[in-house]
Amino acid sequence: MEIDGNLQRPLVASATDLHHLSFDLTMDEEYDVIVLGTGLTECILSGLLSVEGKKVLHMDRNDYYGGDSASLNLTQARHCLAMNPLLYRKFRSGQEPPQELGRDRDWAVDLVPKFIIASGELTKILVHTDVTRYLEFKQIAGSFVYRDGRISKVPSTEMEAVKSPLMGLFEKRRAKKFFEFLQGWKDEDPTTHQGLNLDRDSMKTVYEKFGLEAGTQDFVGHAMALYLDDDYITKPARPTYDRIVLYTSSMARYGKSPYIYPLYGLGELPQSFARLSAIYGGTYMLDKSIDKIEVDAEGKFTGVTSNGETVKAKQVIGDPSYFGAGQEEQGGKIRVIEEGKVVRAICLLKHPIPGTDDSDSCQIIIPQNQVNRRNDIYIAMVSSTHNVCAKDLYVAIVSTVVETSTPELEIRPGLDLLGPIYDKFVEIKPLYTPTSDGRADNIFITRSYDATSHFETVVEDVQDVWRRVVGKDLVLKKRELEVQE
Amino acid sequence: MAEAASGSQDKSVQVKLVLLGEAAVGKSSVVLRFVSNEFQANKEPTIGAAFLTQKCRLEDRILRYEIWDTAGQERFHSLAPMYYRNAQAAVVVYDVTKATSLEKAKSWVKELQRQANPNIVIALAGNKVDLVQPSASSSGSSSSPDSEDEADDATATPGETPGSPGEPESLRQVPREEAQAYAQEAGLLFFETSAKTGEGIVEVFTEIAKKIPIEHILAASRNNSGRPGAGGRSNAREENVNLQDDQAKAKDACNC
Repeated sequence: MEIDGNLQRPLVASATDLHHLSFDLTMDEEYDVIVLGTGLTECILSGLLSVEGKKVLHMDRNDYYGGDSASLNLTQARHCLAMNPLLYRKFRSGQEPPQELGRDRDWAVDLVPKFIIASGELTKILVHTDVTRYLEFKQIAGSFVYRDGRISKVPSTEMEAVKSPLMGLFEKRRAKKFFEFLQGWKDEDPTTHQGLNLDRDSMKTVYEKFGLEAGTQDFVGHAMALYLDDDYITKPARPTYDRIVLYTSSMARYGKSPYIYPLYGLGELPQSFARLSAIYGGTYMLDKSIDKIEVDAEGKFTGVTSNGETVKAKQVIGDPSYFGAGQEEQGGKIRVIEEGKVVRAICLLKHPIPGTDDSDSCQIIIPQNQVNRRNDIYIAMVSSTHNVCAKDLYVAIVSTVVETSTPELEIRPGLDLLGPIYDKFVEIKPLYTPTSDGRADNIFITRSYDATSHFETVVEDVQDVWRRVVGKDLVLKKRELEVQE
Repeated sequence: MAEAASGSQDKSVQVKLVLLGEAAVGKSSVVLRFVSNEFQANKEPTIGAAFLTQKCRLEDRILRYEIWDTAGQERFHSLAPMYYRNAQAAVVVYDVTKATSLEKAKSWVKELQRQANPNIVIALAGNKVDLVQPSASSSGSSSSPDSEDEADDATATPGETPGSPGEPESLRQVPREEAQAYAQEAGLLFFETSAKTGEGIVEVFTEIAKKIPIEHILAASRNNSGRPGAGGRSNAREENVNLQDDQAKAKDACNC
């Protein structure tokens, strides 16, 4: 944001001077941790570190919060991806959004399509840090899966399995038995195990035991256990069991889908954790270019130089874009490497997605086998119900892991499900991962937002970075009640 | 807003109020005086306060203010859009002994007009008026001009302290008439306040309460308009999910 510091008094210091004065004072201090980038991962870490009593300086090169996990207005995103004022600024520089899309400020288009699993790890962090008080959530209205050319609701209980059009009569009976087995499983009671050992037997063995068809395996593994590919099948069944239980318990929590979503977009999440950090003493600076990461003779982190000034700290945490991601190597240390690409198409629609009972929001998963791919295609759709766009418009993001040199063609099966597309912004985004764990040089780099449809891997990254930065496991403690008595 | 929308036991209407203003003008102190009727010289940073709540009774209705402090995020222009979102009231504070703080206040007013709900009620408060009143400071202990500086911000530097305590009127850099004229022109409520003595503080919040379009807020929550940014965090509340439904609800403070 820009503050107009227009002055009528020539004899007093201008607002800009004061700004610089305070900047100098802040830069002279030494911090425990400097955090670079205000994406969700960095903001959760910043908030938790400040609560822990660390002195945190948090900077971002952009003039808005969220980095790659921001929600942009149409102008910003057009520029960024080229769509709403923020959206149109991200993707289509200089182009004004069409009048019929309504006011720019009504838009908050997510750059990363993810939903929050109701009983998942992010929810636990939201509740334990009390940032829920800054946020309002709504359910995602439906969870769908693609099979044999059409989409159907994902069944999540044996009752729903019996009614689901996804399966034929005999398959339904088998699926019912499979779901009953999962629901009845008790670690301590061998009579519920039906001769299976979740820690030793592969998921393949479990599927075979119940005789499930390949198509049923597709929706169980991909639409419920939410695996992106089929690698899980040959591995022990326990993690898959855990994921299915997470899905079904999340589904049971609010009823329509296992997912919830914050009003005004996912960009609210990093903002609320940033406020948490600030309330616990964290210092925030947006719109600061980061010139250099400073290291000593042994390569250990010493500070960060921004606009010619160096600020010192013991440790630095940041997203890959602050550590050479996407740049030509300049003889320096290679700190991040590309491990793949995702393609994301943000589509504006003037209608709900066909076949979803006019849901105001939904997730649709196209399991890889259904379209002869190695990775699933995801569709995440939200609408004005979630205060992310003008009335009667819908925002659907179709995404997948890139497998070929023509990524736009790869998401075609997803685009085809949407009906007429009013406007579309396609982005191909490399995924970066750090080359070292940071313990040797005190430089801790987070991972890019992956192709999964939820935030569980983001929280895993938070826990992992925390362990390396703080030296112990992240234990969530309920904050003291802060309402004044 | 939960109470307002659901019309449960507590008939109060919740109003989000945001504080703005240059560093060290006494934003936190103004709120502390209003909420707890306290004043702390050289107050510690507002650690851990997401927001404070205080009820305000007004004839037949009760407003429940949810007061958001900047948590220092205003210093480097890093306030998040979330801060302004659905705020129904704002108190923009300046320091009567510091001319630049009024200029900063004006720029915050512009920012509010750009970012916030168009119906937002804005009050301009010229704080630290005790420093410019010859006989107001009754005891020697309160004569230090920087006693009211907010500690929630590292920019409360020594050396910014103007003038000498011996000549109170000479400390004033913002004439009341000038600020009042600006407030009138910009359509703001106007007060001079002292968080230290309590002067004018309650008035700020009661006058805001009178101007808040409560019927509009209630209607918006009933109509479930679904328009983003329209009058409060109220639309379709009943469809919202409560993540803490299996936890004890935070107990709200109210010492009316």
